[in-house]
Amino acid sequence: MSVCLDIRGLSAELPNGQRVLRSVSLSVQPGEVRALVGESGAGKTMIGKAVLGVLPKSVRIVEGDMLIEGEDLGRLDAKARRTLIGARTALIPQDPLTALNPSRRIGPQMTDRLVRILGWRGERADTRIRQLLDEVQIRDPERVLKSYPHELSGGMRQRVLIAAAFAAEPRLIVADEPTTALDVTVQKQILRLIAQLQRDHGTAILFVTHDLGVVAKISQKVSVLYAGKVVEEAETAQLFAAPQHPYTRALIAATPRYTDPYASLKPVDESVLAGLTAEIAAADKDWRPGHG
Amino acid sequence: MAEPLFSVRGLKVALPDMTRKPLIGRAPLAEILKGLDFDLPKGSVTGIVGESGSGKSTLGRALVRLLEPSAGSISFEGRDISHLSEAELRPLRRDLQMIFQDPMSSLNPRHTIFSIIAAPLRQNGLGDRLKERVAEALQRVGLPQNFASRYRHELSGGQRQRVGIARALALAPKFVLADEIVSGLDVSTQAQILTLLEKLAAEMGLTVGFISHDLSVIRRLCQQVIVMREGRIVEASATDALFDNPKETYTRDLLAAIPLPEIDADWLRPKAPA
Repeated sequence: MSVCLDIRGLSAELPNGQRVLRSVSLSVQPGEVRALVGESGAGKTMIGKAVLGVLPKSVRIVEGDMLIEGEDLGRLDAKARRTLIGARTALIPQDPLTALNPSRRIGPQMTDRLVRILGWRGERADTRIRQLLDEVQIRDPERVLKSYPHELSGGMRQRVLIAAAFAAEPRLIVADEPTTALDVTVQKQILRLIAQLQRDHGTAILFVTHDLGVVAKISQKVSVLYAGKVVEEAETAQLFAAPQHPYTRALIAATPRYTDPYASLKPVDESVLAGLTAEIAAADKDWRPGHG
Repeated sequence: MAEPLFSVRGLKVALPDMTRKPLIGRAPLAEILKGLDFDLPKGSVTGIVGESGSGKSTLGRALVRLLEPSAGSISFEGRDISHLSEAELRPLRRDLQMIFQDPMSSLNPRHTIFSIIAAPLRQNGLGDRLKERVAEALQRVGLPQNFASRYRHELSGGQRQRVGIARALALAPKFVLADEIVSGLDVSTQAQILTLLEKLAAEMGLTVGFISHDLSVIRRLCQQVIVMREGRIVEASATDALFDNPKETYTRDLLAAIPLPEIDADWLRPKAPA
């Protein structure tokens, strides 16, 4: 089986020539969860948007390739690219409330994508949605399908979007901070559901998060990002057992652990940040804006 | 135990429930806090933890008397402040300060950092030696002096939160309410702000109410913890006792739901049927 997602040397910049992605390379194997972790401005959400072809207009990809199941997105025309992305990928967004249309009931919103983008018959889409609502443990599908988004709790809305994401059997799901807005007990239920559906359906996930705790629990592989650059890439177990990059070590030490309060919550050392700045400068040394 | 700064008995707060407001007329009241009893000892940092809807922020706002209790009492330094009028509260405002969750929206975009920190000083009769006091406030939170002439948009999230702390502490208050002050911050910045608050609370002998949805940041900072759920106190105890030996199922569930940055293959497995 070919690699599900393969990103090679991807660079992107803003109109003023500022580089926002710096030769990012990463791959996601079929059925695997890869976490993209970093702080704000690290470019993790931008990579997810690049994969889904929904980058803001101001961000231009100037270098590199993206392949979904061996198909090079750069070689397809715009229409073929949209069709491919629509058929093989899906998104679980951070904020389910803004991702849902507030003035439409849940049911038609969920079947829409199947009917309009994938051309399913209404009946087939409806059956499929009910099946998925069952998988995300929604016990009263009738009520949920008839509800408007504001009538559901945050956890319920996120279940609905997880069901919608898996419904079309995508090969790859981009999950963009899907539990960040949720209470911690709800977060655990949602992470469990994502892990369960991911295993059952054999779906690969690119899991964007700022939380190393979530990384440890959900992913098999991880890429640590800083300023649009992958500073470390490893198997998740390996990353926590023996982090290689000083920034990764600093991030792990800064993450709170109630089991070990004095070994955690350590502010990131100035020397680590100075090292990162030097690393980014070195990466940009031979960079000519807009040469792509 | 030290004498309490706050003594709260049978505290209830009811707020208008806008989801049930009729088209014409007043919204019916919904009881948000349903009878709370606790003390906040002088010079201690108390964590107030709960999930959304637990009433933790309402409790905080009642303590600093931004809300009036509908029943019960709040004593501050032995004086019942539950039903003081706005005019009677004015001399107390200086002693009851708040640090907000989102410093971006709680700092005026058109004012320099200097005037943001200076405004409450002026209002509270500390308008003399303003430059000196502001300089001291900036230094206390580890910001360079030239930040006084900057505006909020020129600051990073962590720096803005430092300004929020500087503004609250410039008045040398007796009580500081910190409401989710690190939830919008990156982990590296979060660690800086928490260690700063930890240091300042110890140095200045502050009494702090630290509201958070996240138990994992509580342990280092707080001497005791109040766990809330649906307007009631589930469990209140000394921090180490709460973490090492939680008595209530809900507290145990909250702790178990925190994803620690450690590999644990069983964490995502569905619970075994009891």
